[in-house]
Amino acid sequence: MSNNKLSLILKGIIKENPTFVLVLGMCPTLGTTTSAINGLGMGVATMAVLILSNMFIAMIKNLIPDKVRIPAFIVVIASFVTVVDMLMQAFVPSLYAALGVFIPLIVVNCIILGRAEAFASKNGVIDSALDGVGIGLGFTLSLTTIGAVREILGSGSIFGLSLGIGDYMPLVFVLAPGGFLVLGFLMVLFNKYLKK
Amino acid sequence: MESSLKNMVVVLFTITLISSAAVGGVYMITKEPIEQAKAAAVNDALNQVLPEYEATTSQTIEVNSLPIIAHTATVADKAVGYAVESISKNGFGGTVRLMVGFDTTGKIININVLEQKETPGLGTKMTDEGNVLLASFKDKNASEINMTVKKDGGDVDALTAATISSRAYAEAVAVAYEAFKVACGWQATAGDVATGASQQAEKGGNNE
Repeated sequence: MSNNKLSLILKGIIKENPTFVLVLGMCPTLGTTTSAINGLGMGVATMAVLILSNMFIAMIKNLIPDKVRIPAFIVVIASFVTVVDMLMQAFVPSLYAALGVFIPLIVVNCIILGRAEAFASKNGVIDSALDGVGIGLGFTLSLTTIGAVREILGSGSIFGLSLGIGDYMPLVFVLAPGGFLVLGFLMVLFNKYLKK
Repeated sequence: MESSLKNMVVVLFTITLISSAAVGGVYMITKEPIEQAKAAAVNDALNQVLPEYEATTSQTIEVNSLPIIAHTATVADKAVGYAVESISKNGFGGTVRLMVGFDTTGKIININVLEQKETPGLGTKMTDEGNVLLASFKDKNASEINMTVKKDGGDVDALTAATISSRAYAEAVAVAYEAFKVACGWQATAGDVATGASQQAEKGGNNE
């Protein structure tokens, strides 16, 4: 049984990695991975909302008629994100200063709606929470990796620490075209070597 | 659950009702703490750009048709410094907001970036400590600096590969200086600031 729970988490990281395998949430992925710390921030913020929205939707899934489940999920997720946004702004302003720009982006992140539809609406509360942890971790790790690669190649630093080679690195990796390139190559490597 | 017109309408209505009530409720609870947090952030920025002070008063001064907030810091009712929340709309990613601190002679004490949306790794270097932009202004008297970047014939060192961001920064400092001149009574009204940033934005500069 506990093995089962563990595999629920692990599948989100490798077999159903949201970025490299499911290819979900590409817009925030490309937009926020200009540095490792930005990728990490977006990943963590998404994971928090994903776990909570998965649990909540698993709780109310039996009360929602099938035909209106998508609008119902969207209303729930959007209200949830707005509440989290306001609470963070009010009570942890320093964390909000770092992550605040990512929070509104989470509403439109299709991973959240995707997991609500594909998993939480068919499974129990605990399993849905674990699915949120797994997918959230997978998303966080992927974004941090893409961010780190782009930051090293584009500005010669990692997590904001300069490696002293910043002046010689091609800036294009910090800009949008570099984002597509890095994402593409990492996706190839991931699917060739990790996802057996 | 099977869908019928009745249960679809009832469920959607209930969910939107509960959601909006929840959002409204949280808004009411968090309104005051959010305002306090914002005031604390302004205070932090003030402390970083001003000498020691006892109290501040603020006023709004119009420069380039933008409302600029100038804080006057006082010790025993005597002005010891001025902090100006300045703004330029010509950054690469939109608005750049700065807090610029002056002493009573017009010397720039320090500059703090309040808000910017520049390209990460390029324009965002304006927030780094000891960057070349800040060094071009810090501890210099604003009257002695030509506040345009060197590329446009001024005295300001631009950030590498971020000329547009640097122009916006220089423009915001120039706007702050205009507001400062009004705040300390040197001029009755603020003049408009024409810098490289606005001219280049109209021409459509192609390198950041």
